Amino acid sequence: MCLAIPGKIVELVDTQPNLAVVDVTGVRRRVDLGLLQDDPPVPGDWVLIHVGFAMSKISEQDAAEQMRTLAMLGEDQAALEEVRGYGLESSP
Amino acid sequence: MRFIDEFRDPEIVTRTAEEILRLADRDRHYRFMEVCGGHTHAIYRFGLKDVLPPNIELIHGPGCPVCVLPMGRIDDGLSLGAQPDVIFAAFGDMMRVPGAHGSPLEHKAKGMDVRIVYSPSDALKLARANPDKHVMFFAIGFETTAPSTALTLKRAKSEGIKNFSVFCNHVTIIPAIRAILDSPDMRLDAFIGPGHVSTVIGCRPYEWIARDEGRPIVVSGFEPLDMLQSIVMLLRQIKRGVAIVENQYKRVVPWEGNRAALAAMAEVFELRPFFEWRGLGFISQSALRIRESYAAWDAERVFRVAGVRVTDPKAAQCGEVLKGVLKPAQCKLFGRECTPERPVGALMVSSEGSCAAYYNYEHRKMAAAAPV
Repeated sequence: MCLAIPGKIVELVDTQPNLAVVDVTGVRRRVDLGLLQDDPPVPGDWVLIHVGFAMSKISEQDAAEQMRTLAMLGEDQAALEEVRGYGLESSP
Repeated sequence: MRFIDEFRDPEIVTRTAEEILRLADRDRHYRFMEVCGGHTHAIYRFGLKDVLPPNIELIHGPGCPVCVLPMGRIDDGLSLGAQPDVIFAAFGDMMRVPGAHGSPLEHKAKGMDVRIVYSPSDALKLARANPDKHVMFFAIGFETTAPSTALTLKRAKSEGIKNFSVFCNHVTIIPAIRAILDSPDMRLDAFIGPGHVSTVIGCRPYEWIARDEGRPIVVSGFEPLDMLQSIVMLLRQIKRGVAIVENQYKRVVPWEGNRAALAAMAEVFELRPFFEWRGLGFISQSALRIRESYAAWDAERVFRVAGVRVTDPKAAQCGEVLKGVLKPAQCKLFGRECTPERPVGALMVSSEGSCAAYYNYEHRKMAAAAPV
């Protein structure tokens, strides 16, 4: 559970502070940006996600490499399952 | 070097492996501890042992949150989950971890309301959706995860959600490293520092390891090339006779860490005077508890917690494996009574536990190769 999942910020959620929709290889879910409030990401930025919270901004290239690492570790499906699980059963 | 072809930049990997061979003194045995369970998993998955010369030994550290949790804490958490109208919420990693009377999943099968959540904020969401129930989130993890729990507690407080609490089992990595260095049966030359914990705490908290203990430490990424480069950096320090903190994972880890995350943790948590770790025993100031100002959301104050102490199954040697004194296969139960399908100890449950990693990548391979 130390491994983090790369995702791209798609949009900020207007109605709630520090919430954004991320895209992780096509799966879109809401994540919390509260841990990045010193340097808030904007749509188009890439972030590393851990337990539903964005924990650092990364480059697009690093995001691709992180996804590749997860795939090599056999953890990519588990990572997608985790992202699908964010927000429980509700739609994003 | 069987896995190298599937690595990214196989040529650079080969060159880095050659550099390691060149730097390592053939007459010396090196013992490097990878602190993080994510690294342990990656080392077995990528077969890094086959890339390294035999005199570089990687020792698996305590950085697997479910592995270091003593069984008594699981039983305490489950006993709270058994109270009427309580929903027991936890990460999937926790579900198969055995307590003295079964795992959370086995308790669910017997009728306890056990839910898997992927984020602490989803546990809070469960509380909003179930106002007539109390949702207790069984929080685990090092500094990677603790800030998310902290922000969730801040939200619970600001929204005044009363049917939510956290059973806090967050631990901190630095005191565990100190305990390992103080342990008389451990002799380590250097450390591969955790990657994602360091995105939060930064690199400064490791400075004493280099300065006072004379052990080099390199914060490392998780790709095979990252870890090999980190080993090169450690060997260069040893060759030059220096010990410093270096950051190989600069693309993700800022030297100063994440200030917002540290501030959230400081607001919500304080250090416990001591906490029990499986294998390492009681370590002072090694875990977090919820501050008085958040008492209404602290499961240890909302409920009465028995504070059970359960010794591990006698034959299991989780503690020795966790400290790096024994290799997984040297445990008497390994691969026989204790397998990923039927784990006796937590190290066989999590993919970051060294026993599960060893079993999945080494033991299965050997079993397949062995003549019938």
